[in-house]
Amino acid sequence: MEEINSSLVDWSRAQFALTAIYHWFFVPLTLGLAFILAFMESIYVKTGNPEWKKITKFWMTIFGINFAIGVATGIILEFEFGTNWSNYSWFVGDIFGTPLAIEGIMAFFLESTFIAVMFFGWNKVSKRFHLVSTWLVAFGANISALWILVANGWMQFPAGMYFNPDTVRNEMHNFWEVLFSPVAVHKFLHTITSGFTLASIFVVGVSAWFLLKKRERSFALKSILVASIFGLISSLYLAFTGDSSARYVAEKQPMKFAAMEGLYEGRTNAPLVAFGILGSKKIEEGKQHHDFLMKLEIPSMLSILAFQDAKAFVPGINDLVYGNEKYRVMSTSEKIVRGNLARETLKEFKEAKESGNTAHYDSIKTVFLSEHFQKNYFCYFGYSYFNKPEMVIPNVPTSFYSFHIMVFLGFYFIAFFVVALVLLYKDTLDKSRWFLRVALWAIPLPYIASQAGWILAEVGRQPWVIQDYMPTMAAVSRLSTTSVQITFFLFAILFTALLIAEIKILIRQIKIGPKEGGH
Amino acid sequence: MYLKFVYCKKKDGMVLNKKSWFHKVLHFYVDGFRSMTVGKTLWLIIFIKVFIMFAILKVFFFKGFLSERYDNDKDKSIHVLEELISR
Repeated sequence: MEEINSSLVDWSRAQFALTAIYHWFFVPLTLGLAFILAFMESIYVKTGNPEWKKITKFWMTIFGINFAIGVATGIILEFEFGTNWSNYSWFVGDIFGTPLAIEGIMAFFLESTFIAVMFFGWNKVSKRFHLVSTWLVAFGANISALWILVANGWMQFPAGMYFNPDTVRNEMHNFWEVLFSPVAVHKFLHTITSGFTLASIFVVGVSAWFLLKKRERSFALKSILVASIFGLISSLYLAFTGDSSARYVAEKQPMKFAAMEGLYEGRTNAPLVAFGILGSKKIEEGKQHHDFLMKLEIPSMLSILAFQDAKAFVPGINDLVYGNEKYRVMSTSEKIVRGNLARETLKEFKEAKESGNTAHYDSIKTVFLSEHFQKNYFCYFGYSYFNKPEMVIPNVPTSFYSFHIMVFLGFYFIAFFVVALVLLYKDTLDKSRWFLRVALWAIPLPYIASQAGWILAEVGRQPWVIQDYMPTMAAVSRLSTTSVQITFFLFAILFTALLIAEIKILIRQIKIGPKEGGH
Repeated sequence: MYLKFVYCKKKDGMVLNKKSWFHKVLHFYVDGFRSMTVGKTLWLIIFIKVFIMFAILKVFFFKGFLSERYDNDKDKSIHVLEELISR
């Protein structure tokens, strides 16, 4: 069969990345702002103070703009699964289909019903029913995100499934194992808390603009108070979930973990690079390497971060590629051999099925489905597509920098909220114009951090689309590269237009302010 | 228009003017849409976006690779198996 064109893989990846990145511009603000609205409205219902109603309605309008422009942008990703990634879509079977179907049903019934009450129900339903609707929208939006993140978590760490050679699909044998996979759970918690942090900074930043313009002082200070408390709690929890996510990456995706630290040679008492600049790629004694032009390290911290043990061995990229007998790290060459055997068995199975040799077909199927074969051979199936072990190394600089940008900004956000709360406590926030300017210019930063997190998750996972089972090159449909290029540019135009529309409408509405803000 | 659907119901000798649950919901939505300010622009954007996505992109560019070529799951699985083995 004809080899797949590498430019087709690259353009398909670029198209998916473009769509996912644009989609993710809209989602996190929805996830976080929904809870901020719920807090604000709860204060209104509790205190009866109409100013809180005005505050809630203003932020609800902002929420509505973002929700309306972002809604359904994720459906394009599903179009791409079916068209550009048909091998992958078929191979994952109901592992992906079930969570996405649940997401669609939940999003429709929960969000669409209660969003209508939230926007249209002021003065038409009771205060308490309205408040319950707002809370349900917040929970519904976040639970919707759960399902797609469960599917993504499964791609990083496949669990709760077995591969059926008859249907050529992975079939779910344990729904709860898929849902409560530790990678999926931590990914979900880390992702939604990043949305909470982003929305909090957005609210603080926009409120700071009002204070800089000497407008709506009480509205702005009250908004900053709610957002800063929520933001501080969220950003602290974000650091906690980031730490636990990193431990699972170290355990389940050690190559990604090594790449995000630029660690080529594994070691015990491995230091964490707090800050570093990578040099150009070198080949020394046949092995890849990136020197650091400069770096600032925290001794033993990487071992502690990964295994909660300062003396623990953290495998480097070269250990994972070439193996390390001392620390029982299997080489990629060995995995390629095992993967080839799995693929040969699948081929033999196909031939037996086609020839109608029932006895041979049954015996191969029994071997194929045996636990021994699944755990020792089929789990390396994807390695059979590589003709040299170095192909399993992801883009190290992209992984390294996206990780460090995300972590640096994560800690910056904690400090940001602490300062905001201290200034509020001292009642000097509106006079601290330096902080108001910092807050306004902080608005893009959580977007950068959030996108960096996704780039780390997806680029760091390469060359895999499903870790160890399916490389990206095997997942892509045999389309013409030109058709993928055309849709890439169509999406670029469509999404850029949507983003411009969002920003223009948001700015117009923010300038109007809370007095006349309506839906 | 929807007000025409309001009906009278005779129960225990009393005549009640009562809107059905369905009509109350309909009224709720119609009123909500009528009183929208920013929302009208947003709905326009949503309709244009959904039209582009489903009437143009889905129809002309994203037909579904396997569905377009094969009628049944068996043929689809044979195609994918061949791809997995031979690629």
